[in-house]
Amino acid sequence: MNVIIMGCGRVGAQLASLLDAEGHKITVLDVDAYSFRRLPPPFGGTALVGDGTDEEVLKKAGIEEADAFVAVTQGDNRNVMAAQIAMHIFGIPKVLCRIYDPLRRDIYEALGLEAISPTTVFAQLLKGKLLAT
Amino acid sequence: MYIIIVGGGSVGYYLCKALLSEGHEVLVLEKNAAKCERFEDELGSVCVRGDGCEAAILAEAGTSRADIFIATTDEDEDNLVACQVAKHKFSVPRTIARINNPKNEKIFKKLSVDCTISVTNLILEHIEEEIPTHPLIHLLTMGEERTEIVEIRIREGSTAVGKSVKELSLPLDSILALVIRNGEKPRVPTANTILEADDRIIALTTTDSEEALRKELTGS
Repeated sequence: MNVIIMGCGRVGAQLASLLDAEGHKITVLDVDAYSFRRLPPPFGGTALVGDGTDEEVLKKAGIEEADAFVAVTQGDNRNVMAAQIAMHIFGIPKVLCRIYDPLRRDIYEALGLEAISPTTVFAQLLKGKLLAT
Repeated sequence: MYIIIVGGGSVGYYLCKALLSEGHEVLVLEKNAAKCERFEDELGSVCVRGDGCEAAILAEAGTSRADIFIATTDEDEDNLVACQVAKHKFSVPRTIARINNPKNEKIFKKLSVDCTISVTNLILEHIEEEIPTHPLIHLLTMGEERTEIVEIRIREGSTAVGKSVKELSLPLDSILALVIRNGEKPRVPTANTILEADDRIIALTTTDSEEALRKELTGS
């Protein structure tokens, strides 16, 4: 699978290296080249400096041939905007988007975006662990 | 009308002031406490502190009864999300977003923002008007179809000089509306009107055809 990951934080870098190890073609985008230090040395994909909310940068990252797009920057709104560009402008079949704010996640989920709120997921996980004892 | 403005920067501030003086009910949403205070001190209680992208804040602001929702922050993605939440969660009939990167205009329209104001384009257009040798001046952009009215000066040496309108190969969606010639009354050109150097042409065109029209009239 040909995947573009926007945001090379801990989550983005880890996802990139997991997929890369399984032989997928990965392109990681980040506005700060220093973030790419998080990619492990055996990473064989492409790391590109640029803003994923910019159409031109997405084209340079090869979005026209991508099968999937994942938006995991720190900013909910940046993720939402980039994910919608990938979905509605470039017609990428699989688009995933991180939205910390649970209310905002619900709104965009209703608009057809596949969005995950780590806030909700992690709170539920913690609750499960607490009540399991 | 009830108008909500997101962002209390200088655009938000002066917009709020202007709309208040026209007698509208205005509410500004601003994250920064110091900026909120300035509104409080100078314009009265028109500002609520909070993130204009958050549904809870928008609910508190009574967004569902707003007639117009305007996002004026200097971050395009924030303006997009604020307008989308207002539109889809609160069904605001008209959303307007300030855009800093002109490339986002098309994207915002596609993502259901009703109206976009590209600050960068506005500044460029106004500067163009002040440069007298600039061959094409944007006078007005209209509506969704990206129709625009432009003024083009026919320069000495242009291939269009001495040609009649019917001899020009104009883009299909472009119309020459008026020819203004020094010392004469402006007139509507016919197919047989011959263009002369220093003519000023007022034309109707589209964003896509603008460049082709400019080339045909000013190319040499």
